[in-house]
Amino acid sequence: MTINGRATTADVEPRTLLVHLIREQMRLTGTHVGCETGYCGACTVHVDGKAVKSCTIFAVQAEGADITTIEGVASGEVLHPVQEGFWERHGLQCGFCTPGMIMSAIALLDENDNPTDTEIRHGIEGNLCRCTGYHNIVRAVEYAAAKIRGEEPPPPDWESEY
Amino acid sequence: MYPRSFDYVAPTSLEDAYASLGDDSKVLAGGMSLIPLMKMRLFSPGLVVDIGRIPGLDAIEDTGDHIEIGALVRHAATATSDVVKDNATALATAASLTGDVQVRNRGTTCGALAHADVAADQPAGALACGAVMVVGSASGTRDIDAADFFVDSLTSALEPNEILMSIRIPKAGPGEASAYDKLGRRGGRSDYAVAGAAAWIKKSNGSIEAARVGVTGVGTKPQMAYGVAEALVGTDGSDEAIKTAAERALEGITILEDLYGSEEYKSHLTKVYVARAVKAALAGL
Repeated sequence: MTINGRATTADVEPRTLLVHLIREQMRLTGTHVGCETGYCGACTVHVDGKAVKSCTIFAVQAEGADITTIEGVASGEVLHPVQEGFWERHGLQCGFCTPGMIMSAIALLDENDNPTDTEIRHGIEGNLCRCTGYHNIVRAVEYAAAKIRGEEPPPPDWESEY
Repeated sequence: MYPRSFDYVAPTSLEDAYASLGDDSKVLAGGMSLIPLMKMRLFSPGLVVDIGRIPGLDAIEDTGDHIEIGALVRHAATATSDVVKDNATALATAASLTGDVQVRNRGTTCGALAHADVAADQPAGALACGAVMVVGSASGTRDIDAADFFVDSLTSALEPNEILMSIRIPKAGPGEASAYDKLGRRGGRSDYAVAGAAAWIKKSNGSIEAARVGVTGVGTKPQMAYGVAEALVGTDGSDEAIKTAAERALEGITILEDLYGSEEYKSHLTKVYVARAVKAALAGL
């Protein structure tokens, strides 16, 4: 398989989950293991360009696949617009859900770079944040969408008057 | 959280897959239902037969009179396919409301049907749209009507040596339309159905000529609400007629209380969602 652009091989038991291959054999620990039951989305990676939950895929199923993890989204020192959005709009508190949130947000923006608030919320419906920081996460994705479109992102909430 | 050890094969033809299947084996397609069950060790097959590498199973085909959805068509593809949306709206909507984005990218429509969860969305759509399950095994293929396919909780009419190769749905003719609606466990339409209903209606000269209604989430299996369909036929599909017909939604259905609602609440929801599905199908004409 290819992970973050690098061809790689591994021998695994059939029951090895993709997330464990990524974390323990590839040592890419940015992808998190959260609920382990397919609900929380912390383990979200891209397999052949689609956001999927790596705790609910056997590594053998991904043989030959092109995989992108959170470690593969920045260009060197330059953050991906979604990473920048989470930074600029305080899209995280504890950070545990963040890698999965970012991978889902990137997949959403790949298909639709001008999503409404509702579309953003539906786009990250497979990712749970237990800090309940959804508001700023939505703002972070909104920021990234504007950046990807080449527009000026809306000002942060804390600069607007209520 | 690992499943128990199992043997794994990934055949590249249906013939090889059939040859591998036996009493202690399980077919793996998207894995969105099977893998969590295996991880929780509620189910531990000795052999997993991964059909994900068999070519030709991932197509949605328009065969003239029918559409055919292959075993590896993902929920996301069923939900966004124009031919499915136009001809089996209830199934496309049910697919769009299945799981979440990541689950829809991976899980398959046929897999969701074969899994036969009592609260899954797409079985209701398949029932209402008159789907036929095309089942293959080493000894050939057989067709099973959706109405006969769901046997009990997590139990379909599939034998251990069979694979649900595809489903076949008659294309929507003039005056025919279908719809699906549900209440999800997380409120709105998210997550498994607390109650869901799909309706298919054929209307001509101002009156309903035929109807099929499938319900999910409330009982021991996804099943037909024959009483509602019977009551709709011959009416004009007015709100009053729909309300009267929906009163028969519980005929032949065992309502099960669960974490998400009492028997009384679920009985009420069944009627509400049957009425909404019928109304939405009529609005789609």
